Order: sequence, then C-alpha cells, then structure tokens
Amino acid sequence: MKIIVLMKQVANKDAILRINKEGNWIEEGDLTFEVNESDGYALEEALRTKEKHGGEVVVCSMGPQRVKSVIKDALARGADRAIHIVGDNLAHVGPYRAAQIIAEAIRPEQPDLIFTGLQSDDYGFAQTGVILAEILSLPHATIVIEVDASGEQLRVKRELENGWYQWYTMPRPALLTIQSGISQIRYASLKGIMAAKKKEIKEVQPAEASQAGAHQRINKIYFPQKTKQTQFLGDGNAKAGATQLAEKLRNEARVI
Amino acid sequence: MANGILVFAEHRDGVFGKTSFEAVAAAQQLGAELGQSVTAVVLSTDAGLAQEVAAYDLSRVVSAENPKLSEYTPDAYTDAMERVVRSLDPAYVIMPHTYLVRDFAPKLAARFARSVVSDCIRASVEGGAVTFARRIFLGKIDADVQTDGEPPVFATFQSGAYRSEQARRGASSAQVESMTVEVGEVRMKPEPAFQEVKQAVDLTKADTIVAVGRGIKSQENLALVEQLAAALGGDIAASRPICDAGWLPIDRQIGSSGQTVAPKLYIALGISGAIQHLVGMKNSSTIVAVNKDPEAPIFDIADYGIVGDLFEVIPVLTEEVKKLKG
Ligand SMILES: Cc1cc2nc3c(=O)[nH]c(=O)nc-3n(C[C@H](O)[C@H](O)[C@H](O)COP(=O)(O)OP(=O)(O)OC[C@H]3O[C@@H](n4cnc5c(N)ncnc54)[C@H](O)[C@@H]3O)c2cc1C
Ligand SMILES: Nc1ncnc2c1ncn2[C@@H]1O[C@H](COP(=O)(O)O)[C@@H](O)[C@H]1O
Repeated sequence: MKIIVLMKQVANKDAILRINKEGNWIEEGDLTFEVNESDGYALEEALRTKEKHGGEVVVCSMGPQRVKSVIKDALARGADRAIHIVGDNLAHVGPYRAAQIIAEAIRPEQPDLIFTGLQSDDYGFAQTGVILAEILSLPHATIVIEVDASGEQLRVKRELENGWYQWYTMPRPALLTIQSGISQIRYASLKGIMAAKKKEIKEVQPAEASQAGAHQRINKIYFPQKTKQTQFLGDGNAKAGATQLAEKLRNEARVI
Repeated sequence: MANGILVFAEHRDGVFGKTSFEAVAAAQQLGAELGQSVTAVVLSTDAGLAQEVAAYDLSRVVSAENPKLSEYTPDAYTDAMERVVRSLDPAYVIMPHTYLVRDFAPKLAARFARSVVSDCIRASVEGGAVTFARRIFLGKIDADVQTDGEPPVFATFQSGAYRSEQARRGASSAQVESMTVEVGEVRMKPEPAFQEVKQAVDLTKADTIVAVGRGIKSQENLALVEQLAAALGGDIAASRPICDAGWLPIDRQIGSSGQTVAPKLYIALGISGAIQHLVGMKNSSTIVAVNKDPEAPIFDIADYGIVGDLFEVIPVLTEEVKKLKG
C-alpha cells in the first residue's frame, strides 16, 4: 500500500505574531516554524497503516527551503521518502492552486491512499485535501478519526458535531483528511534520525507558481477588535492578579 | 449574467440546524446590500422539507430532489449542488461552515475551478464588491478577503457569525420549486451516525469548571489544576490537545467535538481560545482567562483576565480560594 501524506509547515503556535509592513501577512523574518498539528497525526496514521499492511509512506510538502525541516523530521519518524515542491510564494496561492500543483507532483506516484491534515493552522482553509481529491477523481472523507484498511474497501470513522460519529465505506484509492488525536504520535528515535539521512528527498518545481487563479486574496490583516470589556487584573504581576481575582469572584461575580 | 444569492439550508435527517438560519441571515443581509434576490436550496428526496425554509423572506426555495439524497454523501451532494448552481447561475453561494459543508463544499467549488472563502465571520459591501472577513492563525488575526474572476463566489460562515433570529420571516410563504437533479455514482456508503457509549462525566450540570489547555505543558502539571478545581468544588475539563494527548479522557473535552457547557464559572488556563473551543463554553456566566499572551483570543470573551504565567497564578489562586471558603 502506497500512502502519500501532505505535510505543511506553519508558524509555531506559541510565536508572537506581528503584521508585516504591507499589512497583508505576518512578518516571517524572525518566526520559528513547526509542522501543522493535524498533519503530524496524518503521518502517524500513515505509519501505523503501513506497519499493519506493508507498503510505503511518501511525505509531500510544498513551500520554501525551510520546509525541509518538516520533511526531515517525518523521515526520521519513519516515512520512506519525500517530495518537496519548492517555491517561495507557494504558501499564498490559495487552496485551489495549491491542490492543482500538488496533484501534478503526486499523480505519477499513483498512491493507494492520500492523507492530509483536516486544516492548516495558519490559513485555516480546511479544503486543500478535498479539492485535491476532486482533481484526482478520488473519493474522500474528512475529519477522520479511525482508519480500517484491512478489507478490500476502506472503512473510516468520521467525527460529526457534538460527540456524534459515523462510519463510511469507500473504494481505494481514496483521500482522507485526518483529525488530531487519531492516535498517539511517536517520537523520532536516534536510529530513525540516522536512517533519515540516507532517504530520498525529491525536489520538484511547479510549472507555474504565480498567484493567478488564486481566486481569493487577502487585502489586509489586523488584530481582531475586542468586543468584550475584560477586566485585566494584576497589571503584569501574575500573583497579585490571582489574589485580586479570588476577591472579585467572591464579592463581584459572587461565584465562590 | 450571474445574479442573485443562493443559500444552502442544511438538514440532518430532516432537521434544520440553527447554522442554516444563520446562513439565511447572512444571505439576506448580503442580498439587501447588493440589491440581489435570495434563493434557498434544500437537498432531499421530496419537496416537503423545503416548506419549513419557505417561511423566511426569500424570493423562492428550490427543492433539489433525488432518491440518492436520502442520506448525506459528498458525491451525491456535490453532484446535486453543481446542477442547482449551474441552472440558477447565482453570483454568490452562501453556506454555514459546518462539518457537513466542510466535507463537500470544496469539492463543489473545485468543479468551478476555484476554492471556497471559508469560515467567514463578516461580510461587507462597498461599491458592489463584497469583502469577507475570516479569522486566521487559530483566531489570533483577522483577514479581509476579496475574490476575483467569474462568479459564482462560494463562501461559508462560521457558527455564531450571524444570529439565526436575524433571519427575516416573509409576509407570506415563499414559493417552493421542485427540481429533479441528476446524481451520478456515489462511491461512499455511510452507516448510521451514533454517539459513543454514555459518557462517564456529564459536565453540562457542573456549576464550576476549571479548564486547562496546552499551556499546562505536561500531564504531571495537571495535579496543580486538580487542586484548584478541588478548592473551588468544581470539575476539571480541557481543550482538545490535552485529550488528544491522552492526558485527560475525551469526555472532559469542551468544544465543537466535545461537550457544550454553560457553568456559572469557567476558568480557562493556558487555552488560546480557538473558535472550536469557544463554541463549547462561551455561554458560561462568568469567564476567567489566564494566558501569558495578551493577544490570545480567549480574552475576547473573558470577564476577568490575567496576563501571566499560569504556574504562578494557580497556586496563589488555590490558596486564596481556600482562605475565602474557610
Ligand atoms: C474540526 C475541529 C474540531 C475541533 N474541536 C475542538 C474541540 O472540541 N475542543 C477544543 O478545545 N478544540 C477543538 N479543536 C482544536 C482547536 O482548533 C484548537 O487547536 C485547540 O482548541 C487549541 O487548544 P489550546 O488552546 O489548549 O492550545 P494552543 O492553541 O496551543 O494554546 C495554548 C495557550 O496557552 C498559552 N500558554 C502557554 N504557556 C503558558 C503559561 N505558562 N501560562 C499561561 N499561558 C500559557 C499560550 O499563550 C496559548 O494561548 C478543533 C479543531 C477542528 C479543526
Ligand atoms: N503547502 C502545503 N504543503 C503540504 N501540504 C499542504 C500544504 N497546504 C495544505 N496542505 C495540506 O492540506 C491540509 C489542509 O490545508 P488547508 O486547506 O490550508 O486548511 C493541511 O493540513 C495539509 O495536510
């Protein structure tokens, strides 16, 4: 079974975000980056599926050279090889163009399964995977939290809202968008890190990486307007804040 | 020429969700500002269901029908909606950003060689052009988005972006138009939806909830939070990553895929305040947030906030609460 896993690099969740001079994206110069949360789970599920049924796990990431760190980490965890679609502005082409470019890069691989994260933590489009499935004419399921690839048909458990779930059956090849928490993510072992050094990372350049056809574009970004009057306590002193809070909860909010 | 607004009214087994009427409210507002008519579409097996939607102030309701629409699948819904959109030729297609819509709307948009302007929180019209606002970076930043190219524009709205009560009712019932739509091969087979066996903890009855997020750093540190919860006589709960990591069982998760609660007191410790968490607790009476990031979106809904390290706040707060409670 050949499984392709899409992994995107995004700004570190704890990073302090600043808006760039043009006002249309964040200042990336001094940022630290990490793998998109659900993509890490997508990789883990792919590795487990391979361990059960054999085959190969191929990681695909699109972006500038810095995304190599995501790729190398995935190889160290056990992915067999990688495809890096290289380009500086590829993060901003919008989900339709992104899916088109990824489709071209992975089509020759003829995978049995494609796993993506359910949404990116920066743009949060929640659609690159589904569009990719349509471009490749594959059936898909989103927000998947369990995968059973043992039968001829693929059986997956989807999360619905408010604690509901549903199983779907579909033929392979298929594309699944994976939800966080599907399984516990392994750490890279020292052996894995050593082995990763010898694994193949194929670089491909997209034919045309312009923003043409992006369809949607950001004019400007800004910090959300606060709608609620929050009483901030402690004025930077956490302990003083805690003391004031206890008093307020008792005498003002009357909840303790 | 493309004209009008088409709004997708979602139902599960014949029950319309509140978010469908929020989408109707969004579509009506856009329609008024653009001077365009609003049509709703209901996918089902017969026209009966569309009647409920016809009570709203709409130019008409299209009931797109096919036996394959008796249950939701992305293949059937995409085929049906593609037929409806091609036949009505709307300028905008408005949908709620639900799990169901997330599952098929990008596929639908891809049939028109474009993406969805997803999870919008606002839309404004200036000079006939619509600017959509979406939240990016897990709620930390807002982005104004515009589209270009030929219509239609597909957009989804976040739950709560509009209120369902804002959806205007019509003076008389809107006309319902049946449309038989072709649906091709449906590759996926759904089994009945289900809930996991009865949850061990029911947080919906708790008066006080102390919720913890990724800021707690490790499972061992949960002991601190448990002490605070004990002092307050409250229950402990968590954001998704804590349950994903297995530090707390899933029945303690608050949010769109966990429990929805509204206690008298909700204390959020080291939780950033992503929308999927907020929908599960925003109706709590008093909300306290402790976060070291002053820009964390959780502060937007907090009554009391402390900007600082939760490891400094929790022990002091626990002691103070014990003193007050005697
Ligand atoms: C379809 C879908 C469904 C989802 N369902 C849910 C759901 O039901 N429930 C849910 O919670 N999430 C859900 N999520 C995930 C959600 O989008 C967020 O990723 C999640 O809520 C983030 O959890 P967090 O706030 O604990 O972590 P983070 O976003 O990582 O935030 C951690 C916070 O802790 C702060 N912090 C760090 N260290 C300290 C310190 N020492 N002192 C004080 N503060 C500190 C940081 O500033 C940060 O704000 C869902 C996502 C999707 C896409
Ligand atoms: N540049 C990229 N490189 C690799 N995978 C990507 C990229 N962009 C999106 N994806 C995949 O598509 C998923 C959904 O992204 P989005 O549609 O932006 O929310 C992500 O979780 C990734 O798995």
